[in-house]
Amino acid sequence: MTGYVMSRLSRAVITLLITVTLVFIFIRFSGDPAAALAPPDAPQEVIDQYARLMGLDQPLWRQYTSYIAGLLAGEFGYSIHTGKPALTLFLERLPATLHLGGTALLIALAFGLPLGALAALNRGRTLDRAVMAFSVFAFAMPNFLFGLGLILTAALVFQAFLGGAEAAVIFPALTLGLAAMGSFARFARSSLLETLNAPFMRAAEARGVPYVRRLLTHAAPNAAIPLVTLIGLSLGALIAGSVVTEQVFAWPGVGQLLVRSVATRDIATVQFIVLAVAATMVLANLAVDLLYLVIDPRIRAR
Amino acid sequence: MPWAVRLSLAFIAAFVLFALLGELVSPYEYRQTSLLNRLEAPLSEGYLLGTDARGRDLLVRLAVGAKITLIVAVVGTLIGALLGSLLGIIAAARRGVTEAVIVAAIDVQASLPIIVVALFVLAMFDNSFTLFLLLIGLTGWEVYARLMRGATLQAKEMGYVTAVRALGASPWRIYLVHVAPNILNVALVQFTVNLPLTVLLETALSFLGLGVQPPLTSLGQIMSEGRDRLLTAWWLTLFPGAMIFCLALSISLTGDWLRDRLDPTLRSEG
Repeated sequence: MTGYVMSRLSRAVITLLITVTLVFIFIRFSGDPAAALAPPDAPQEVIDQYARLMGLDQPLWRQYTSYIAGLLAGEFGYSIHTGKPALTLFLERLPATLHLGGTALLIALAFGLPLGALAALNRGRTLDRAVMAFSVFAFAMPNFLFGLGLILTAALVFQAFLGGAEAAVIFPALTLGLAAMGSFARFARSSLLETLNAPFMRAAEARGVPYVRRLLTHAAPNAAIPLVTLIGLSLGALIAGSVVTEQVFAWPGVGQLLVRSVATRDIATVQFIVLAVAATMVLANLAVDLLYLVIDPRIRAR
Repeated sequence: MPWAVRLSLAFIAAFVLFALLGELVSPYEYRQTSLLNRLEAPLSEGYLLGTDARGRDLLVRLAVGAKITLIVAVVGTLIGALLGSLLGIIAAARRGVTEAVIVAAIDVQASLPIIVVALFVLAMFDNSFTLFLLLIGLTGWEVYARLMRGATLQAKEMGYVTAVRALGASPWRIYLVHVAPNILNVALVQFTVNLPLTVLLETALSFLGLGVQPPLTSLGQIMSEGRDRLLTAWWLTLFPGAMIFCLALSISLTGDWLRDRLDPTLRSEG
């Protein structure tokens, strides 16, 4: 078990280190990093100062080690356009994104899982086919089209844009959560079907365990185990989706900040967001791997 | 063949024909503006699908946009498939350090959504069509690499590889001539899964204004131009949006069907 934990931990650290290295190489290739990371309108002395501070006169491997040391010390550079530290900009935007992403995930789980379970229990019937059709629809629907459609419907049918912070999150969250909802439904369906056909289910039936109890205490917990992985995996899709969704709904989150920073070539901000996304994903994957230790005794036994 | 798949294939065929021939047949040129005919509604005289804010015919713009979207999606998916498959086969064939490096690269890619990678690179380099194509080509390469590595490792243990090796074939010959054709269907199935994803990525980036740049156009780029006039000129977003959705839907439906045909073990029935 310690071997399992150590191998997952070292894999996470290596993945992060490679990401940081690639970001370092790309930024070095793209131009003068001192000018990119220095505050706006900085005079030449300040840029030179930055260059010295960043050790641009040093050999490349020294630059690399000091870059890593800088990241560890929390030096992520300044936004060219606002002059604020990239970290501050990111933290200002983070609550909005978490609010949107969290609501989207909740919607996706609350609708996707029951739909998938219903489909599995009605396998081959109309309901099953309808749920599967919905999941294909959700996969193929571009979120910017769906979002624009929602805005248009709201404006034409309800004659108003939803105001107020609480209600305003519903449309963007629905847009962001749609694809995840489809994949959750599909996954819950196949996971539950697999469990329903497992030998231990037949054994329970033979013992005379009532249908509902069989479903709730035997099938559901086993079918739920791979869901942990699915939620971990869907994080990447949610982050990717939020970039577009926030743009469509003018939602003041990290995704919008990223698109704006890319358009204005705000390297420090872009760099920080990329590193933050990578760190989030790596930590989420690590958490999923470790959660398995808790919920799946078969791994603990290894 | 189920009717949904027939319908999908028919739509894909119509889409490709429209993309290839639309520009040739149309009396308009896709960049040709006409200040007197700005924002004409669909079915107005001379403009079947209306015009945009600069009086450009939407129908011919959709044809050109469809062509560019199709080219980017197909070429991008091919790049990813070739790159990923090759790396996967090499990892399995060489083992050792090479394999460790490739597997680490797969882990890194898996921890960064492709749209974030694309935005990062676009922030640093001037956007050119070639660069954009290469970025789209990165979509899903790690999935091919992982799948092909697994398939190659499995194939290595099979009798025919031992036989060919005993006959003195070089490693290149073993893997490219003998193993690759045998595991090709793994990559082919993934290709159909990946193709709609590249369509959606291209249109999303172009919609954000960071993909295909004017004067060139794509379905996503047309939508991004129409977005500011959502209420007054709905046709500028509805038509390209519907085309993107139907294309992605048709490819996925056809892909699902093809996957069931090619590889019964992957059947989605569970």
